[in-house]
Amino acid sequence: MDEKLAVFVAEARERFPLAVSEPVEEFGQTSVDVGRDGLSDVAGFLRDEVPFELLADWSCVDYFGIEPPERRFMCAAHLASVRFPERLRLRVWIPEGDERCPSLTALWPAANFMEREIFDFFGITFDGHPDLRRIFMPEDWQGHPQRKDYPLGGVNVQYKNGAFIPPPNLRVPPEATTGYPGRTA
Amino acid sequence: MSDSELFLGGQDWDTVSSRTSADTLVINMGPQHPSTHGVLRMVLELDGETIVNAHSVIGYLHTGIEKTTEVRTWTQGVTLVTRMDYLSPLFNEAGYCLAVERLLGVEAPERAQAIRVLLMELNRIASHLVWIATTGMELGALSLMLYGFRERELILDIFEHITGLRMNHAFIRPGGISTDLPEGSVEKIREFLDYVPARFDEYETLLTENPTWIDRNKGIGVLPADVALGLGVTGPLLRAAGVAQDLRKTQPYCGYEQYDFDVPVATEADCLARYHVRMAEMRESVKIARQVLDTLPGGPVMVTDPKIAWPAQLKLGNDGLGNSLDYIRSIMGESMEALIHHFKLVTEGFSVPAGEVYVPVESPRGELGFHVVSSGDNKPWRVHTRDPSFINLQAMPYMVRGQLIADVIAAVASIDPVMGGVDR
Repeated sequence: MDEKLAVFVAEARERFPLAVSEPVEEFGQTSVDVGRDGLSDVAGFLRDEVPFELLADWSCVDYFGIEPPERRFMCAAHLASVRFPERLRLRVWIPEGDERCPSLTALWPAANFMEREIFDFFGITFDGHPDLRRIFMPEDWQGHPQRKDYPLGGVNVQYKNGAFIPPPNLRVPPEATTGYPGRTA
Repeated sequence: MSDSELFLGGQDWDTVSSRTSADTLVINMGPQHPSTHGVLRMVLELDGETIVNAHSVIGYLHTGIEKTTEVRTWTQGVTLVTRMDYLSPLFNEAGYCLAVERLLGVEAPERAQAIRVLLMELNRIASHLVWIATTGMELGALSLMLYGFRERELILDIFEHITGLRMNHAFIRPGGISTDLPEGSVEKIREFLDYVPARFDEYETLLTENPTWIDRNKGIGVLPADVALGLGVTGPLLRAAGVAQDLRKTQPYCGYEQYDFDVPVATEADCLARYHVRMAEMRESVKIARQVLDTLPGGPVMVTDPKIAWPAQLKLGNDGLGNSLDYIRSIMGESMEALIHHFKLVTEGFSVPAGEVYVPVESPRGELGFHVVSSGDNKPWRVHTRDPSFINLQAMPYMVRGQLIADVIAAVASIDPVMGGVDR
C-alpha cells in the first residue's frame, strides 16, 4: 500500500473506529470494510478531508452460496482522485432479507445511475436516493436478474401489462405439418 | 442547484407530464431520433424553445452481457465484453484482460503489450472519427460525416488485416493477444499514420474558423470541472474543463509510461473545447502509434504458462488462418497428453484465483473500469463494467438546461455516448 494511502486509511480508522475495518491488501489494491450505518460519514470524510473527490464506481456482488446469508451482498465503492493516483475500495456487506444501504447521492451525484443499476439488478434499496427506479429492465419487471438465484432460463418471457410467452422448452410446437413452413400439401 | 434538479431520471410519459406546469410542453426525443446516437430517448420539458428540464431514458439496448459472462469461461468473456461499447471494442477487451491478468498474477509479454497499445490508439482515432462524423452530421456539416467514416474505414481495414474482423475482434486475450501481427501490418499502419494527419488538417480547415460551427458549439453545453467531478464525468469532457486527468499518465498500464505524449486540455468546458481536445487527442494517438512501431519489441505474444496460454498455434495457410499442420500432427498423431490438454483448456478453460480487482483503462470516452470478482472457478463470479458513456450521460440534464432545443443535439453529441456501452 502506498504510504499516503496508509495515512488516509489510518486517519479514517481513528475517526470512525467502529465503522472502518483494518485495510486489506489484495492484488495490489486496498479495500476496507465499512459498516452500513457509518457509510455516509466515512464516505463524506474521505471525500472532504482526504482527496477522493471522484466516485469511480459503485457496484454490487451477490455472494450467494459463498458467504453466509448475513453477508450475501457486497456493495463496492471505488474511490479515486485527480490529484492522487491510488484508489480505495469501500466494501459494504448487506444481509439477505434486509437489502438496504445508505445512498451516496448526497455526496456524489454520480451515484444516481449507479444506485439505480444496483437496485434494478440486485434489489438493494438505497435510503436517501431521490429517485430510485429501475433503469435498464422494464419498470414492471418481476425479480432482480443479476441475483445468483435468479433462474437462467426455463421461465416465462415477460412483456408489458403482465403478458408473457412460455419458455422455449414448454412452448407448444406449431402443428407438425409437412416439413417446412409455407408448404400446404 | 437543488437535488430535484440534479436527479431527473427516466419517468415515463404520464408521470412526467402530470408533474409539469401548464405553461410548459413535454416532448419526447427518441429512442429513434437520428441525432440521438442509437436508442437514447430523451424527455424534454420546454418553455417555448428553452429547455426547462431534460432527462434520459435508457435500457433499450440492454443485452445482459454482465450476466452472460458469469456462465462462460474467462476466455469466452472477451468475446462478450468486446460487444459492449462497439466503437471501442479493443478497450473493452484490454480492460477485461488486464483485470483477469491481475487476478492470475501474470503479465502479458512486452510485444503483446506494445501491440495492445498500438491497437488501442488506432481504435481511439477510429472512435473519435465516428464522433466527428456524427457530430458534423448533426450540426449540419455533412461533409464531415463522409470524411470521418472514410478515414475510419482505413482503420477498420487495418483491424481486419490484423484481427480478421472489423469490429468485435476478441483479439486481446487473457495472457496476451490471440496471434502475432500478420505480414505487412507494420507497413500498412505506417502508411495510414503518414496519410491521416493531413486529413485532420482538412477537418480543422473546414471547422475551426467556421462561423456556423462556432455558433453551434461555443458556450453550449457548459460543464465546469466541479460539476463534472461530482457527476463522475471523465475523459475528454473532464479534460475540456481543465482537469488533466488521463489514466495513461496517472496509472500507466500496458507500458504507456515508455511513450512520449501530451494530454490535451482546454478550459472553456463547452462543446467547442471538447472538439479541440478530441482533435488534439487524435494527433497524440498518431504520435503514440508511431513510437510503438519504432520500438516494437520482438518475442512471444502470449504468456508461456501452458495452463493459461490458448493452446492453438495459428498459421496462415492456403485456406486462411487456422491451426498449423505441425501442431495438428503433434496433437492428433504423437501426443495424447497434448490432445487432452488442448481439449481441456478449450472446453473447460483455466481457473482464476479467488478475489476481486478493479482495473480502469482510459477509453476514448473516459474511465472504462472492470470490477472482476473470481470465486476460484473457471468462470467469473461477477464482471461489472463501469462504462464511461453510462456515467457521462448523467451530465446531459445539467448541460442543456436553460438552452435551446437545438443545443440538446450539440450537447449530447459532445458527450459522445455509445448506447451499447450505456445499456450493456
